[in-house]
Formats: sequence, structure tokens, C-alpha cells
Amino acid sequence: MAPLLQIDNLRTDIRLKRSTVHAVDDISLYVDPGETLGIVGESGCGKTMTALSIMNLLPTGGSIVGGSIRLNDKDISKLSDEDLRHVRGNEIGMIFQDPLTSLNPTMTVGRQIAEAVQLHRDVTKEQAMDRAAEVLDLVGMPRARERINEYPHQFSGGMRQRVMIAMALACDPKLLIADEPTTALDVTIQKQILELIDDLRQQLGMSVMLVTHDLGVIAGRADRVVVMYAGKIAESTSTSTLFANPRHPYTEALFHALPEKAAETRERLLSIPGLPPDLTNPPAGCRFAPRCRYATDRCRSEGPVLRGEQPDHQYSCFYPVGQAERGELPVVSVTEVKPAPAVATPAAETLLSAQHLVKDFAVTKGAVMQRRVGSVSAVADVSFEIGRGQTLGLVGESGCGKTTVGRLLVGLESLTSGAITYEGKDLSKSSGREYRRERRKIQLMFQDSYSSLDPRMRAGAILREPLVVQGIGNRAEQRKKVEEILGQVGLPLSAVDRYPHEFSGGQRQRLGFARALILSPSLIVADEPVSALDVSIQAQVLNLMRDLQRELGLTYLFISHDLSVVRYLSTRIGVMYLGKLVEVGPADEVYLTPAHPYTRGLIDSAPVADPQAEQAKEERGVRGELPSAIHPPSGCRFRTRCPLAQEICAEVEPPMNTFSMNGHAAACHFPLQPVVTAQTSTSATAQ
Amino acid sequence: MAIIPGSGDRVETGTALLPEAPPGAVDTAAPASKPHGLLRRGWEVFAENKLALVSLGVIVFMVLFCFVGPHIYHTDQVHTNLSQTLCPPGGQHLLGCDNLGYDQVGRLMVGGQTSLEVGVAAAIVAVLIGTLYGAFSGFIGGPVDSFLMRIVDAGLSIPYIMVIVILSVVFRPSPLVMIFIIAVFYWLGVARLVRGETLSLRTREYVQAVKVVGGGSTRAIVRHIVPNAIGTIIVQGTFAVADSIIILAGLGFLGLGVQAPATDWGNMLSGGLQYIQSGTNYWWLIYPAGLAIIITCIAFNFIGDALRDAFETRLQRR
Repeated sequence: MAPLLQIDNLRTDIRLKRSTVHAVDDISLYVDPGETLGIVGESGCGKTMTALSIMNLLPTGGSIVGGSIRLNDKDISKLSDEDLRHVRGNEIGMIFQDPLTSLNPTMTVGRQIAEAVQLHRDVTKEQAMDRAAEVLDLVGMPRARERINEYPHQFSGGMRQRVMIAMALACDPKLLIADEPTTALDVTIQKQILELIDDLRQQLGMSVMLVTHDLGVIAGRADRVVVMYAGKIAESTSTSTLFANPRHPYTEALFHALPEKAAETRERLLSIPGLPPDLTNPPAGCRFAPRCRYATDRCRSEGPVLRGEQPDHQYSCFYPVGQAERGELPVVSVTEVKPAPAVATPAAETLLSAQHLVKDFAVTKGAVMQRRVGSVSAVADVSFEIGRGQTLGLVGESGCGKTTVGRLLVGLESLTSGAITYEGKDLSKSSGREYRRERRKIQLMFQDSYSSLDPRMRAGAILREPLVVQGIGNRAEQRKKVEEILGQVGLPLSAVDRYPHEFSGGQRQRLGFARALILSPSLIVADEPVSALDVSIQAQVLNLMRDLQRELGLTYLFISHDLSVVRYLSTRIGVMYLGKLVEVGPADEVYLTPAHPYTRGLIDSAPVADPQAEQAKEERGVRGELPSAIHPPSGCRFRTRCPLAQEICAEVEPPMNTFSMNGHAAACHFPLQPVVTAQTSTSATAQ
Repeated sequence: MAIIPGSGDRVETGTALLPEAPPGAVDTAAPASKPHGLLRRGWEVFAENKLALVSLGVIVFMVLFCFVGPHIYHTDQVHTNLSQTLCPPGGQHLLGCDNLGYDQVGRLMVGGQTSLEVGVAAAIVAVLIGTLYGAFSGFIGGPVDSFLMRIVDAGLSIPYIMVIVILSVVFRPSPLVMIFIIAVFYWLGVARLVRGETLSLRTREYVQAVKVVGGGSTRAIVRHIVPNAIGTIIVQGTFAVADSIIILAGLGFLGLGVQAPATDWGNMLSGGLQYIQSGTNYWWLIYPAGLAIIITCIAFNFIGDALRDAFETRLQRR
């Protein structure tokens, strides 16, 4: 069978003002008809540039400087712009990452889809609109024929991505390129979209090229995988082979860096040291050599070529890992297995307790005379406790109120009602000077370290600022403290004179962590601290957080949408849904034996980097989308999406029921676990 | 407001596509070379913009020409000399004379003094007032902000030419009055711009971070908001200079500018216009003054662009 798409020795450069980035450097791959090819790699590895090269939609300064891209044996890399337009959108459809910016806000979605049809087909406007309704129906848009006259802002994020897919499919392309199609979406919606793409592929017999950084997404959806690193292909094989027997040390290291691998043992994650190379001036030998545990002098001087014992499993490494060649792995410094730090010691002294937290945001109308026309119920009656030295993980979809809870604790938002007690003192009652002193004890680590660090301040000044504000020490003492903290978070001393933009993403997050640490707080609220980072860097930061927790006796409130990260780091997990804490309990108990249907759905939706587990999953997950927090559903807020919902759920708000002696509780009328039993080992639900 | 549309946004979009590793930022990195001062690195970015360098040269030349020139190139700019009326360039008078027999080069110098003085002074006044007003309004927010901004809106909705005409009839137009008149109208736009900038800066996480460590509003404004808005303010300032010169020229052209024997470049234009239509080619009455206005304004705009980049720490390298 001839491949649908065949890329040979493709090289793409991006010219910048002072240098040239060799974004894609000599890669070859193919896509067979009807299959899904996954391209996976960290940011900056050239996966998106490969996709854009196919469409020749490269950014300014970008051009294909070598190789060929053949679609049905026709080289499309040499086509003129005019001819290429017939290929784009017609033979190849593309879905971009952000469905909000990819749609024109001033046109109805119907018109936008019809536009694509009219460009490539000789049809009338009416026929094009008919086709638009047809494809919208195809992508699972309810009431498609009515909604074609609506504008993009009237759709939710998931629905917008469906519109994007509809647009890409409007002309029956043979190949669909999906570039991080679900990265901006919640896991529950991600699952729906990925399933949709999969269904459509089978239904329409097209091929899909799935570009993503998420190994879990690849595991469940791709037939074959290409792993890219620094503009080159590191490894290429079928999905099951890749996950069972990775041969390239980079692939292996990526797997090891996943927190879910270590969730049960809670060992240190095996992070990949250092950073990907600068592609303006790539290293001479193997590009992974500087970060590779197995690298020898040969690796540093000579670039390996893509090869393999079998034609369908190729890797570019002189010393492949995995089966056969290499029986025993060399001992690595970081692998010493530390025993799990006695998980769940519920007897720990309570450091902070939150009682009946409520936060409503006013919805106002009018510019001068602002009338209150309603309120968004962001946090509705949430109570929890955090023990000293423990980590409470808060998970939930975006808009569930988990970030607001964090902001309430650090004082960035004021409570509508409720109380926060810290070390036995009611925080909301203290004021003025005392309040400012109390502030030291609870610090916040922001999600986006880039926007949370003043771009005009050097790292030294940023770290010193909290000390200056709190009036701690003189200049010399402050400098000493800054240097000490830099050492603790693993940044070089020379960092003091650098500006935030001169650090890499991981280093910036370390800097953000250092700022949170400098006042020697006992509680750190970490709001999605690793969600913007690549897997290998994420592992570095997670390790650092764990190490310092042990060293300094820190307590964390760890907020994340990523269940596997939360499970890895947390002693206890709280699950939030639309302002409510629906389930809370010891991490493993919540993860393995969830009591609330929503928790169950979240766990099922999160992609796991294991093809067998992914394929074994049933069609579970969570249906539908998050309802509005201005008019939350009556009774149980989850009832609109719950498979078990009955009449009582709409009438009575479920109380918190206990499911074990360890404080595992959930608010549900029809819990998945028997109420109040100490023993919880129903192997049926355990994965 | 910028004379050259589209000259903004020079920040290279391509950099976003780089792997996130600025060359100097590797863990093991950097024998910490002695970091240059902010000014020095800002200058390096500025100097990369060749147009801005040329523009800077132009402005320096203009200032020297107008303020030092008269001490070297002596002309009589007080007494009319009817024997030299409209004499063509050459010999004694490099650019000829105007209808009253004033030497054109000398006239350019005197007029330039007024234009530059008024332009720079009006810009400084307008930017100062506008920045304070806008920053205050944006930071307070809520109904106060709405009220203050409606005042600005009201001010901006009045056709300024009409008011200026009335004002310059009431007051005898001296440079000081011109500065006042131009500033009164120009600060409105600046206020609006700075307020918008403040609104967005106020919600930045690094401003919130100050609150988390227990810092107050003053610290947030002085240490974080103003330094981050300074780029906008400086650029607005250079544009304001250029715009003020043009407004002044416009008023002078209408005969509402500074009064004889003082002059400005706009006055010179309007004086020359009567003769350009008379058939004889009195080009020296029009082009020198016109060119002076255009070149000066363009130069200020280019400098503004380059200054914005220079103040952008992200573009600075060591």
C-alpha cells in the first residue's frame, strides 16, 4: 500500500534577525491511508514546524530548504502558492490548538465553514451552507442546522473545537493534521474531542496526523508514533512497540519522567537534566547526548542515523536501550529508591482549616452606575483541612473554583463568607500590621512564572522584594538569604543579575518557587505550577518540590487539573466541581476507589501513557460541558452530567458521606463505594 | 498619531518559536560577565535601529542649527529690509529672502527655535498631566475611573481647532500661550492611553505577587506599574513632540500662531504661500520650512519607535 503522505529528508529553517533556527532537520516519515500517526515531543522539538511545513504555513522567515513532501506521489513542497491553495483545506485539513483565535469572531460559524467549501467546490452559497450544517451535524453539534447562524463566542471551548474540526472536514480531506487539538481543553472535553476525531477517521476513511506533547493522548489514539527531539526523529515505530520497548534513551527518559509511573511508589521522578539544545547552533553529535545518561564520546562527536533491526522500528542511537543489546542499565545517581514517606499520617497536626468558604463574584452592568445583576458562585461552601507537612491536592476542570480557593487562602480575594483558621488563628479577623505579618506564612506559587515575574526586575531584586516589604534584615543579610534560596532551588548564583526572560521555563518556575520560599512560609499554595512545562522539566520541578518539602517541612496546597501529577505529589486529594468540594480523601483511596461519579469520570478521561490501559477503557468519562456558575443546577451541581442522576439529585443537595476511617468523604446520593466501611478494596474499580 | 503607520511592532515574532532556551541560560551557565548598566544596554538596542540613529542625528543637527546657528550665521531678524524683498538664493543669502527681506536661513533658525521650544515643552506638560491622571484613574478603577474618563471623552469630543482659534483670539499668542493651548488638548489622549496600560498592568500576576508578600499599593505602582508603563509613556512623549510641532505649524499657517516679528515654521509656510501662486517660482519660501517640519517630525517618530524597543528589557542582550 502506497503511503498517502511521504516526507523525505525534510529540512525547514526559520531565519531570525541574527541567526537561523534549523527547526526541522532532515526528517523522513510517512502516513498510510486510514491510519493515525502520532508525532510527539517536547516544545521546540520541531513537531509543529513539521506540520506547518506540510501546509507551507510557516511563520515569517520560515522556509523549506530541502527534501520533499509527497501527497499521493505529488511533491507539494514545490508547488506554487496558487496550486497549494487547492491542497490546503481540500486534500489536507488542519486543526489548530486554540479554537478561540482560529475562528473569526465577526462571522457566523456557518459562513466560515461554507467559505471553505466555496473555495474548493463549485457550489452555490446555499449548497455550501447545507454542507456546513451537514458537517456540523457530523461532528456532534446538537441542533446543527440552527446553530450555523451563531457566532463563535456563543459556543463553549469544546464546541468551538468541534467547529474547527467541521471546517477542516468540510471538503472531505484525505489527511487531517491535528496540532495539539486538545491542549487548551479540559480532560473531560479532551476525551470527547479525541473520540470524535477517532470516529470520524474511521467513518470517513481519512488519515490523521496527531501532533501532541502528551504521551497519554498518543497512547490511546495513534497507530504509529514518531518521537521528535531537537528537530530530528529520535524514534519511530508502532504505538504498542514504542510503549513496550522504547529503544532511544530519550523516549525511555520521557516515560520515566511521567508522574503516573511513580504514583504508587512515590519515588523521585527520573528527570532529564538540562535543556533541549539551541537549534540555531545544534551540537555536532547526537543532539540528545548532553542530556543522555548513556552518552559516550562517540555520541558527542558523531550523529547517529535512524536505523533499527526491524524496518518498522527505527531509532537514532548508537547504544539503544531496552531489550536485547543492553541487559542491565547502568546505575544512575538519582535512582536510589527512597521508601514512600509514610503516606497518609492522618494524625498530623492541622495547620490550616477552611470552614464553609464562599466566594461570589458580582456580575454588574453599566459603566458609571454599576448595578449588580447577579453573581457567579465561584466557591460554594467548601471546607477542608491541611495537616502540617502534608500536601492537599485540589483537582477539577477549569472553572471549578480551585484557583479561587487558593487565592482566598493567600488573601488575593476576600471571602464572601466562611473562615480560614491558620495555626488556630482566624485569618479573616486579623488586620493591618498583624495581617501583613501573617501573610509571610502562606505564600503563593503562580502558574505562569513568566507573567508573575516583573520583566523589568532582575532575579535578585525579585527575590529580595518580599524581604524588603516585610522589613527583614539589612541589605547584606538579604543578599545572603537570596543566595541561599537560589542554591536551594538549584539555580546558579549568577542568576541574580538576570532578567526573567533570560531563564528557561523550568528555571523561571524555580525562580517563582524561590520567591514563594524566601519568607520561610510554612504553607505554599501552588497553583498549577507545572502545567506549562514539558514532561522532563515538569519532573525536575516536582522533584524539587518534594525534596524541599521534606527538607523544610513545607505544607502544600497543590492545585492542578492533572490528576496524575496531583496523585504523585499529594497526601490527600480534594476534587472540586463547580464551586463544590465533591470528594476528599487520601490520595490513593480517592484515585483507586473513587466514590463520586465525577471523580470516576475525571480519572477515566485522563489519558494514560499506556496503550493497553487506554484501549481497555470503556466509553466512560464525563458527558457534556460545565454548566454556568451564574445559575448553578439545583441540588447536586453535577447532576446535569451524571450518569446516575435521579430526581432526588435535583431536589436535595447531597451531604458529605464518609467512606473510610481515613477521612475519605464524598457528596453524592448514589456513591460508587459503600458508605462508612473501613475496608475498600473492590478490585473491579481498581485499575 | 505616528506619522509612519505600521512602523510599530518590530518585536520579532519569530523568537517565540525558539526552543525555550536563551543562549546564556543553561544551568551550568555563564561566567557572569560584568553586566552592563541598563542605560548602556538600552543604548545598544537603540543603536541597532539605524533609522533611529539617523533621526537622532537629524534632531541634534536641528537643535544646533536653531540655537547655535544664529551665533555663527548672523542675520537681521528684527528690521525689514525692503531692498532685498524676495531675492533669490545665492551669494549673501544662502536661501534667499522672504517678502519682508528677512534672510531665509536666519528665519528658519528663529522659527525653529519657537517650533522646537513649543513642541518639546507642550509635550512634556501634556505627558506629565496625562500620565498622572491616567495612572490614577486606572489604578483606582470603578466609578471614579468611569467618571474621570468621561471627562476625557468629553474633552476629546470637542473639535480642538475651533477652541484653539477662540483661545488664540482671546490671548495674544506667545510661545507660552501656545504651549498651554496645545498641552490642554494633548494630555487627554495620553491620559486615555496610560489609563488603559495601567488597567492591564494592575491585573498582572507580578503586581498581585506584591500583595501576596504583604506589600501595599504604593509599592505596586512605583516599583511595578510605572516602570512597566514607561515604554508607552516615553513613546507617547516623542510622538507628542512631533504632533505639537505640527499643530503649531498648523496654527501658524492659519495665522493664529506666534505673532511677528517672532515666527515659527508654520508661519513661514503661510507667508510663502501667497507668492508661490503668483507665477514666479519662489520655491525658497516654501520648501525649506516645509522640509524642516516634515524631517523633524519623522525623526521624532523614529526615535520614539527605537526608544520603545530600548526600554524593553526583553530585547536587551548582554
